[in-house]
Amino acid sequence: MTTVPLRIVRETDRGVRIPLAATVPTVESEAQLRALLASLSGVDAVGAEARAARLATRSIKKSTKLAAINLAISMVDLTTLEGADTPGRVSSLCTKAMRPDPRDASVPHAAAVCVYPDLVAHARAVLADSPVKVASVATAFPSGRASLHVKLLDVTEAVAAGADEIDMVIDRGAFLSGRIGQVFDEIVAVREVCGAAHLKVILETGELVTYDNVRRASWIAMLGGADFIKTSTGKAAVSATGSTALVMLEAVRDFAEQTGRVVGVKVAGGIRTTKDAIRYLVLVNETVGATWLSPDYFRFGASSLLNDLLMQRLKQHRGAYVRPDEFSGD
Amino acid sequence: MSDRRLDVRKTYKLLINGAFPRSESGRSYEVASAKGAFLGNVALGSRKDVRDAVVAARAAQTKWWGATAYNRGQVLYRLAEMAESRRDELAEHVTLAEGVSAKSAQVVVSRAIDRVVWYAGWTDKIAQVMGGTNPVAGPFFNFSVPVASGVVAVIVDQNSSLGGFVDAVLAPVCAGNTVVVLASERRPIPAVLLGEMTATSDFPPGVINIITGRTSELAPVLAAHEDVDGLDLTGAPEEANELALLAAGSIKRVLRPDGRDLDASLRRLRAFIETSTVWHTIGQ
Repeated sequence: MTTVPLRIVRETDRGVRIPLAATVPTVESEAQLRALLASLSGVDAVGAEARAARLATRSIKKSTKLAAINLAISMVDLTTLEGADTPGRVSSLCTKAMRPDPRDASVPHAAAVCVYPDLVAHARAVLADSPVKVASVATAFPSGRASLHVKLLDVTEAVAAGADEIDMVIDRGAFLSGRIGQVFDEIVAVREVCGAAHLKVILETGELVTYDNVRRASWIAMLGGADFIKTSTGKAAVSATGSTALVMLEAVRDFAEQTGRVVGVKVAGGIRTTKDAIRYLVLVNETVGATWLSPDYFRFGASSLLNDLLMQRLKQHRGAYVRPDEFSGD
Repeated sequence: MSDRRLDVRKTYKLLINGAFPRSESGRSYEVASAKGAFLGNVALGSRKDVRDAVVAARAAQTKWWGATAYNRGQVLYRLAEMAESRRDELAEHVTLAEGVSAKSAQVVVSRAIDRVVWYAGWTDKIAQVMGGTNPVAGPFFNFSVPVASGVVAVIVDQNSSLGGFVDAVLAPVCAGNTVVVLASERRPIPAVLLGEMTATSDFPPGVINIITGRTSELAPVLAAHEDVDGLDLTGAPEEANELALLAAGSIKRVLRPDGRDLDASLRRLRAFIETSTVWHTIGQ
């Protein structure tokens, strides 16, 4: 056996070995993609659920909890994806993302603001040159039911309006009916029109039925050039769960070990409490290690989560439970 | 020996959001009768149980206050019905807890149930008695309307196992508040039983939450909790100053025992009510 140079070898990295020399394989045909996916082993569903449940019982206290809360705040993609969104609402969301607690400058800023494409220009104007990124959902979010032409136009406009990150949805209909080549080609096409913008690929795991499908879809997205793979749109009946996040984190780990490319994970939908957020951080730390514990590689797509994080943070400082309406609603 | 069967022993649990959980901490403590005999294991509530109870009470408050006063009265009356049909059980536990005779215990229970009915009658009268129309120098109506304070933390009398509980808890509830109650530390069982009865009286979950445990451990948490609007200190006379000071941090209304009989007046009913004043033009 030959030893390959390693980029990350730290005790905190849970033994993840990322080789410098390896590269992402080029996918030239659907048959090749199929063969690649066929080489992935099946997911032990019971084992994945048990492990996620076990890790969810970890207790994080005191200064560690405070550090986790601060880290989680810096990972929030503050999201508003409602039909009733207005420029005013987006403005207040942007202000909140830049300075989550106006009284306390030591609170880190959120990672990004996530809006519909038509509000990107507005968010861009408010955020100006702040470090908070503008993320936009695109490709006929949330269903993904439009022609490739329409989807690409959607992305192009969002990028032109100033989006730093694009959250695309995969075509679940095509995936479930076995047309994985089409799913892959779409991701590649979107990746191209994204240009410098980061690409997050939403798998909508709640519609993928099995963990095996989640693992395959994760690989398709990563092979197609995703910078992040994301659990859900938040619009389906089932959103992010610990066990699907675990499966995706393992896919990301395997991908990094085989190709040398580090892909991030974004969990979204139904994450409302600090306790939920910390559970995900534990899951990240125990599955892929400390490298991923950064807004560059892990994100929470959420809206009400930020207030709960701020509330728990204040509780840690004050020593008394805090009133929820101490923080702005939007 | 076919008539022998195993004892069905009861664990007395908390009441949070309409459910009866054990303490989040998994702890419990032994409660003894006035004569020192073992009565049962009671959940030893923790800080986090208090936190959960306040969240439940806050969520329930809008609904409870949003119900009509008439409906609140019906729910309270239903509690009296439930208590009446389990009065012997209540009396037995009052005897055990307070060491009084069976006859006196029946009197205590009767009075407690009568007080429930009394509060049931008050729900739709508070607005008339404590609100009113104010004379103003202009073509306006000016109304003062009593409004519930919100979430009230009640530390009930440590000695009176049932009577003190009924008055301290139902007065704020009658006025439209939701409550988190710290039951008597040594004599919690009658309160827990009454809590079980609220679960079959159409109270929306979270209106009445009961925590059993150490008053010295839990009272400061409730007093300092910023999402609590009122604090009844009846059951903590010695620590009242210290607790009132904690309550001042979030400007709570505080009801402090002062030796006078609170239940003979309307002071308890008035304690956790705000007054909202509304102007309205005449003839429009």
